Parts: sequence; structure tokens; C-alpha cells
Amino acid sequence: MTTKTPADNRPLSPFMLGQYYRFQWTSMLSIIHRITGVGLSVGTLLVAGWLIALASGPIVYAQFAHCLTAWYGQLLLFGWTWALMYHLGNGIRHLFWDMGRGFDIKTAEKSGYAVVFASFLLTAAAWAVAYAL
Amino acid sequence: MSLRSPLSRARGLGSAKDGVHHFWVQRLSAVALIPLSLWFVFSVAQLAGGDFYAVRHWVSAPTVAIALVLFLGTMLYHSALGVQVVIEDYVHHEGLKLAALIGQKFLHAVVGVASIFAVLRVALG
Repeated sequence: MTTKTPADNRPLSPFMLGQYYRFQWTSMLSIIHRITGVGLSVGTLLVAGWLIALASGPIVYAQFAHCLTAWYGQLLLFGWTWALMYHLGNGIRHLFWDMGRGFDIKTAEKSGYAVVFASFLLTAAAWAVAYAL
Repeated sequence: MSLRSPLSRARGLGSAKDGVHHFWVQRLSAVALIPLSLWFVFSVAQLAGGDFYAVRHWVSAPTVAIALVLFLGTMLYHSALGVQVVIEDYVHHEGLKLAALIGQKFLHAVVGVASIFAVLRVALG
């Protein structure tokens, strides 16, 4: 038998968002890291589906490719590319923190800007390769 | 009413001495995914517009097939570790949490094995 203690009734994450917590640039980047992470987890279905379609022969593959080249497929792929580039860049930012570097607010804000810039640059580069080459 | 102190309870329910393992393998898989995911995105971008035979030819190369299997295995593993943390953070009902944690592990295993099998089937077929 357990009785409810005050600790059992404490509010649990993410109760504080918006109510008690003021968003800042760095915390926005943090929550985007998590959202892109979950998005990429769902996106693995896209990668797996592509390879399974490839293994299923030319007819199935053509159908899958048809969906991917449609506007919604391209939109999904573009979102996946950006999510990956952001999560990758911000992941590297996390690895530096894990080594105890770049913790002060000024540096964390600056590295955040760098990560967002790099995510758009790498996404543009990947799509330039896809469309221009 | 329990006579155990909150600290003692926390210790009893604690990390079972493998708490650091999750942290470490999450970082290790992240480091591995830096080159693997960049290679994947830019390789597939170069394949854009290619038909079934062009893509199959690409996957059939041993180095590509090996890199793909490494990428898929590491990505699904990293994904399972991350989704686990998200569930632990936001699902507060114990039964639901346990079901979600088990379910996501199984799902990641299925997607990982199915996609790796697909690569091997193309590469060895």
C-alpha cells in the first residue's frame, strides 16, 4: 500500500511550457532538437519503405518513386532533409557540451545561430545536388 | 505509509547501475551517424531522378551495401534510444509508459531488420 505524498502530486513535464516558462532562443532550439528527433524517427519509415520498395521490384519501386516525386513526397523529403541537418548540427553542439565546452550563454546562443545557419546551408546543398547535378 | 526515505526509494528504483550506458551509447551512435547520414543524404541526392535499375546498381556495390547496413542499424538504434527518453519524459501513466517503451523497441527492431533485409536482398540477389 502506498499513500499519496505531496511528491506524487507534483506537476510533471511539460506542464511549465507557456504557463511558467518564458521561451528563449536556446530553449527553442532545444525543443526543436527533440521534435526533429521524433520526426526523424518517423522518417526512418520513409527510408525503410524506399529500400523495401527497391527490393520488391521495378513495379513497386516505380509506384513508390511516383509518390516521392509528387509535391507531397518532395515536401516530406525536404522536411526530412532539414530535420536531419538540424538534428545533426545541434547534435554536434551537444557533443561539445558533453565535453564541457561552450556552456556560457553567449557561446550557446552563438553556436545556436551557427547550427540553424548550417542546417539551411546543408539542406540547400543536398537539394542543389539533387536538382542541379 | 512507507517508512523508507525518499532517497532510499529513489535508490531502490534507480538506474540499476546502467544509467551511464544509455548516455554513452546515445553519444557513440550519434558520432557514427555524422559521417553515415551525410554520406546517405548526398549519395541519395545524386541518385535523384534515377530509375529502379540505377538505384539497384548503386545499392549492389559492396561498399554501398555495407555502408547502408551500418547506417540503418545505427540510425534505428539511435532512434530507439531517443524515443525511449521522450516516452519516459512525457508518458506518466506507468502501464502506458511500459507498453509504449516495449512497443517502440519492437517497432524499431522490425523496421531495422526489414530495411537491412531489403538491402541484403538487393545486394546479394
